[in-house]
Amino acid sequence: MQTILVLLVAFVAGIEGILDEFEFHQPIVACTLIGLVTNHLAEGLLLGGSLQLIALGWANIGAAVAPDVCLASVISSILMIHGLESAIEARYVIAFSIALAIPLSLVGLSLTKVCRNLAIQLVHKMDETKKVSYYQWIGICMQGIRVLIPTVVLLLIPSSVICSILEMIPVSIYKGLLIGSGVVCVVGFAIVANVLGSKFTYPFFMIGFGLACMTSLSLLSLCFIGGGLVWLYMLLNAKEKSNKTSDDPLGDILNDYE
Amino acid sequence: MKKSTRLKVCLNHQYLQGSWNFECMQNGGWCYGLLPALKELYPNKEDYDLAVERHLKFYNTHPYVSAPIVGIVLAMEEEKAKGADISNTSIQDVKIGLMGSLAGVGDPVFWFTMRPILAAVGASLALSQNILGPIFFFVAWNVLRFGFLWITQELGYKKGTKLITDLSDTFLKNVTLAASMLGMFVVGILVQRFVQINVVNIQSDLDMVLPGVLSLCLFFGCTKILKKGFSPVLLIVILFILCIILEMAGILVI
Repeated sequence: MQTILVLLVAFVAGIEGILDEFEFHQPIVACTLIGLVTNHLAEGLLLGGSLQLIALGWANIGAAVAPDVCLASVISSILMIHGLESAIEARYVIAFSIALAIPLSLVGLSLTKVCRNLAIQLVHKMDETKKVSYYQWIGICMQGIRVLIPTVVLLLIPSSVICSILEMIPVSIYKGLLIGSGVVCVVGFAIVANVLGSKFTYPFFMIGFGLACMTSLSLLSLCFIGGGLVWLYMLLNAKEKSNKTSDDPLGDILNDYE
Repeated sequence: MKKSTRLKVCLNHQYLQGSWNFECMQNGGWCYGLLPALKELYPNKEDYDLAVERHLKFYNTHPYVSAPIVGIVLAMEEEKAKGADISNTSIQDVKIGLMGSLAGVGDPVFWFTMRPILAAVGASLALSQNILGPIFFFVAWNVLRFGFLWITQELGYKKGTKLITDLSDTFLKNVTLAASMLGMFVVGILVQRFVQINVVNIQSDLDMVLPGVLSLCLFFGCTKILKKGFSPVLLIVILFILCIILEMAGILVI
């Protein structure tokens, strides 16, 4: 039963990886669900939360395909579930799974590229036969199977093999990975900043960075402050623009003096 | 067109990227989205087949801002079915004309502002082992997303091609700018709160000068390196290796 539920999560996450609609494939949802169905909810939450911060800036833009978060989160959570049966501390197993998710995202990326090439044939069939729904759903299921197959392979490997491999790794490596899992999310933040960054937006980065030192403010309350500042900026900006085209010469002079 | 048909189109449109392919990109999903409307408008099999063909042309945009385009095209198709003189190319022209400029808004607004904000709130709850984190993220995202899809599709349907002139460049630019400013504000918070570097012995002194000063330096270093076209995945791997080495050298502690 547990296995069926894990496979179901993997399949739906694979579908979502291409649709990008319900966000079922985001680590925070997928890892938590796999943790939930395997009775490791707390560890699933920790893995999902950490991976989510790392994957914050990964997005498909135009025809470019980003590293695949859905395969990464599904496979690394299953590895974590296997690894939790070993003698290694849970937090080290989680850190190891986080690190492993990174190369896995590249595997997912190449698999989704294969699917996107195969889909060319599907839309040709749509054109010929006019059975659009039928081939659309074949395409959608194909993306689910993309994640399902690696999941099945991994489930077939006995836990003891994975545990013995994990137990061979020295503790100092685990400690380094644990530190690393708190550091590497900076790359995702840098990706976002490179997309949004300009001389108009960096002032807001500074305000956010400075305000966030106040630990009594929750993340959402900080967002309220940010939202208010942005709103104010837009209002003042619009007002200034309308002033420039006014028929009021005295007002323009006064504005110039300010 | 019946409201229920429009709702069906909106629900179908969620599978826009299902047959995403490297040739015509979202064409299959776009056509699949319109099917309920085409079935209602063209009961005749021949007209229906022609309509399907017409909507299997190249299409690619951000999956959410595609909704207003769907609305406009629904209005055009309805006119065409009634006998108005609307050519196939004019429908395709509307799609091509809008998809680029709207995707330019959708990417920063949804992928780089809304998702980081909601995901960061969810992740911070999840990291304190609170199940509300994922639930908050999933529910908030989908309510906002589907609300946006339905409202903008209806707007497109009711205004028709007039909406194209309403969506002026300045309006779209302002939306993008506002979202980018809020997004950068959040990135500042994230760098401060979530990048954890702990240098042995001197960390408390550093925190007295400026909390998160090392995270800030690392962040700016990463933006510079990534701008040069360095692979983000490789950068993450290098950072992991650096952390292992620095931990072994006794410089970084948990």
